[in-house]
Amino acid sequence: MIDNHVFPILIVITPLVCAFFVMGLYWVDKRLCLPLTILAISISFISSIITLYSVLTSGTIQYKLGGWPPPIGIEYRIDLLNGVILVIISFISLFNLFTSFNQVSHDFPEKKGTFYSLYLLFTTGLLGVVITGDLFNLYVLLEITSLSAYAQIALGDKKRAPFASLNYIFIGVIGASFYLLGVGYIYMMTGSLNMGDVAHLIHNLHHSQAIFVAFIFCIVGVWIKMALFPLHIWLPNAYTYAPTASGRIIAPLMTKVMVYVMIRLMYSVFGIDYLFNTLHISQSIIYLSSAAVLFGGIMALSQDNLKKMFTYIIISEIGYMVGGAWLGNKTGLTGAILHIINDVFMTFALFLSAGNFAWRIKDLSIHNLEDIFQKMPWTSTGFVVVALSIIGIPPTCGFFSKWYLILGAIEAKQYLFIIALILSSLLNIILFFRVFEKSLFSSKPHVMESKETRSYNLIEEAPANMTIGLLVIGAILILIGLYSGKIVSNLILPFIPKGL
Amino acid sequence: MELLIKEIIGKYNYWLYIILMMIGLYAIIAKNNLIKKLVGMNIFQTAIILFYISIGYKKGGTLPIIEIPHGHHTISPESIDISKYINPLPHVLMLTAIVVSVATFGVALAIALKIYKEYNTLEEDEIRMRLRGK
Amino acid sequence: MKKVALIVVILCGAILIHATSEFPKWGEINSPASLHVSPYYIKYSVEQTDVPNIVTSVLADYRGFDTMFETTVIFCAGLACFLLLRIFNDKEEETESIFYRHIPSGIIIEFKNHEVDIRDEDFELIDSKFVPYDLIIKTVCRILIPFIQIFALYVVAHGDFSPGGGFQGGVILGASIILLAISFNLKTAIEKISEKTLGVLSAIGVFIYAGIGCLCLILKGHFLDYGKLAKILPIDPVKARAIGMLGVEIGVAITVMAVMIIIYINIASQGKHQEGL
Repeated sequence: MIDNHVFPILIVITPLVCAFFVMGLYWVDKRLCLPLTILAISISFISSIITLYSVLTSGTIQYKLGGWPPPIGIEYRIDLLNGVILVIISFISLFNLFTSFNQVSHDFPEKKGTFYSLYLLFTTGLLGVVITGDLFNLYVLLEITSLSAYAQIALGDKKRAPFASLNYIFIGVIGASFYLLGVGYIYMMTGSLNMGDVAHLIHNLHHSQAIFVAFIFCIVGVWIKMALFPLHIWLPNAYTYAPTASGRIIAPLMTKVMVYVMIRLMYSVFGIDYLFNTLHISQSIIYLSSAAVLFGGIMALSQDNLKKMFTYIIISEIGYMVGGAWLGNKTGLTGAILHIINDVFMTFALFLSAGNFAWRIKDLSIHNLEDIFQKMPWTSTGFVVVALSIIGIPPTCGFFSKWYLILGAIEAKQYLFIIALILSSLLNIILFFRVFEKSLFSSKPHVMESKETRSYNLIEEAPANMTIGLLVIGAILILIGLYSGKIVSNLILPFIPKGL
Repeated sequence: MELLIKEIIGKYNYWLYIILMMIGLYAIIAKNNLIKKLVGMNIFQTAIILFYISIGYKKGGTLPIIEIPHGHHTISPESIDISKYINPLPHVLMLTAIVVSVATFGVALAIALKIYKEYNTLEEDEIRMRLRGK
Repeated sequence: MKKVALIVVILCGAILIHATSEFPKWGEINSPASLHVSPYYIKYSVEQTDVPNIVTSVLADYRGFDTMFETTVIFCAGLACFLLLRIFNDKEEETESIFYRHIPSGIIIEFKNHEVDIRDEDFELIDSKFVPYDLIIKTVCRILIPFIQIFALYVVAHGDFSPGGGFQGGVILGASIILLAISFNLKTAIEKISEKTLGVLSAIGVFIYAGIGCLCLILKGHFLDYGKLAKILPIDPVKARAIGMLGVEIGVAITVMAVMIIIYINIASQGKHQEGL
């Protein structure tokens, strides 16, 4: 009989332990690597669902590692926010395995075991970052995530990926070190590393300059890792040239997890009182995020490569979430958290469709997408759903989070942010209809359809698992949209701290 | 004036780490050679390690290994003088940070080697020129 | 780029220097960092864990979870280097010839054919950029390496009582093999400890760590709660914590050793495992 309190630790430990076995199994039987990986992430997924369920029924869960009480040892603290994000991470990681196992066998025939091992470590790192309640533990896990991400990205496009990855390392290390330095300042002023404990101790230090600098460095470090404009320069190349199977999971999860870390630092460590009453920087951060939203949209418009266009959409979406979190009211934060959930699925679907297109067309330039609707009808259907969601058309989920963000901005009287949000929607409309125009309407004049041309127009879909995967995610996008009222009232609102 | 000098001398560990850190940061951003950038990255991380270690120091303290009196197997918590031993926590944290920086350095070197195989150069501007030329 | 760098550096430096005004003086005994959590470690380390070296007890017990992931970072770096650099079927390699050296006469024979395998005491396989062995270096290293390894084992085993522990010992152990690879050649080192062994060792090391943690979980404790090991060991929970830490340190040492060698071999030979430095 498994005790109920075991599940929080199982979420992180199973993928970790299985990563070692997957590596070892490679020499025994290559075929066993994938099933074991799936098994590991499934256990983690199930445990996270059970954990979320017990959070819903009995409130915040604490897990003391090594049996030591919190400020002495490390603790896991799971409330609604990270409970939900844990479920999403493990779900996406699991789902991505189903959609891209043939891609992995195609890309890394000889090093499959090692690749899956790295994949598991990446998942472990993300889950660990989200679940932990200790500032330094977060850093260590962040580095596991980043290190496996660097390596996975460097395996992509032979010419460009290593260079993109090395640039990512330089900037990523600066980001992580800034975070570490910020934690050092916090430690020096308070003497503790536990988030709850620090939040308690920081009350007396609101006017300390050292805490202010600690805050700046932590937040800037996290911004670098999440690629907020103008600290985004590493992102487009790194995500564009990553191998398909890794790009699909790194792109949606990495940045969103960092947004989560920012929200956690803001609301669970430094506290609302400090953020909005002592510091007077929220205004400038909202300007910054408005700039990020617009910059991402405009840069996306100027791209020719489909994947690169998507990476700029990510930068634009980061602006949404950061802005929402800094609006300083309930609606804005709700919108930001809802947008984290939605954006994970939207970005995942974007990269799924890019991967499916890439399976047939090697070069993903937009002018190569002609007639793609005839050739790959199912993938294109999924793509249209995602596009609508990103533009923000109901009933897809993108609409609802944008709605909350705009309401929050009106409440906070941040008109620039509202304008940025609306303009970005318009930009996205232009962006996607440019693609639709190319792909839906063939520029070639329709000649008499002889039998040869008809056979040329035959459907050439990506493998079934990829296509079905995309369609399932498309359906999820609509489902989340339809149930977003329930998600907000049951999962997000109880988390929102009092006093906002 | 005297206060300023006292301030500077009393906290010179912090000045040193800031100077080192800025050297590293400058090298990461401004240098053209990828290996030089890597070295800059290492200096940058080392500066932070130095900062942490200096937090842990106590004047007159010795290394954090409890001296058990001769002939005894254990020592009661009450008889330990806390100010005698320096703070162990920063040392532990930095052991982790050192390991992380070594691991990152190893991976970065591996990637740099891959770049060298592809382009036969490690100068950033040459690589960028070749990427643009394509 | 240089101007941007200068602006960033000056900005960061100014912010950092600005904050130092509030910092406690160097060596301040009553700084907040030395008053809140760390006195607990200093006071209760011996009583609760039976380990006088507080750094070890905090590293492997109070904050043992961090250390497990730290070891995982190392493992991850080894994996990454292998995955990025290792080349199995290199086409260029086939055009390269291999060299044998007749030891008594010093004559070097080049073979274009790759299938040649001479197993004779008078012949040895050498690198293309071969420099004749220096007798002094070879002999000194041969004498030194066993002592280095014994010292490494001492550092690992004595980590509870004196400065040392798994990381330091593992690095020394790895360095001894790397010294072998430098003073002789890479092939000699790989013959002693093959790639497969290294891969398995690097995984086993972290697995020992996580395994001990899981064992505590099975014994109805929290993860990494070594005190619960007393249920299966004939000692009291405090001593069991010390034993648990020792086990964990051994795991760390194994992983660190293996990964150091993996990184060295792959980077030095550019993933071909033919010739080193």
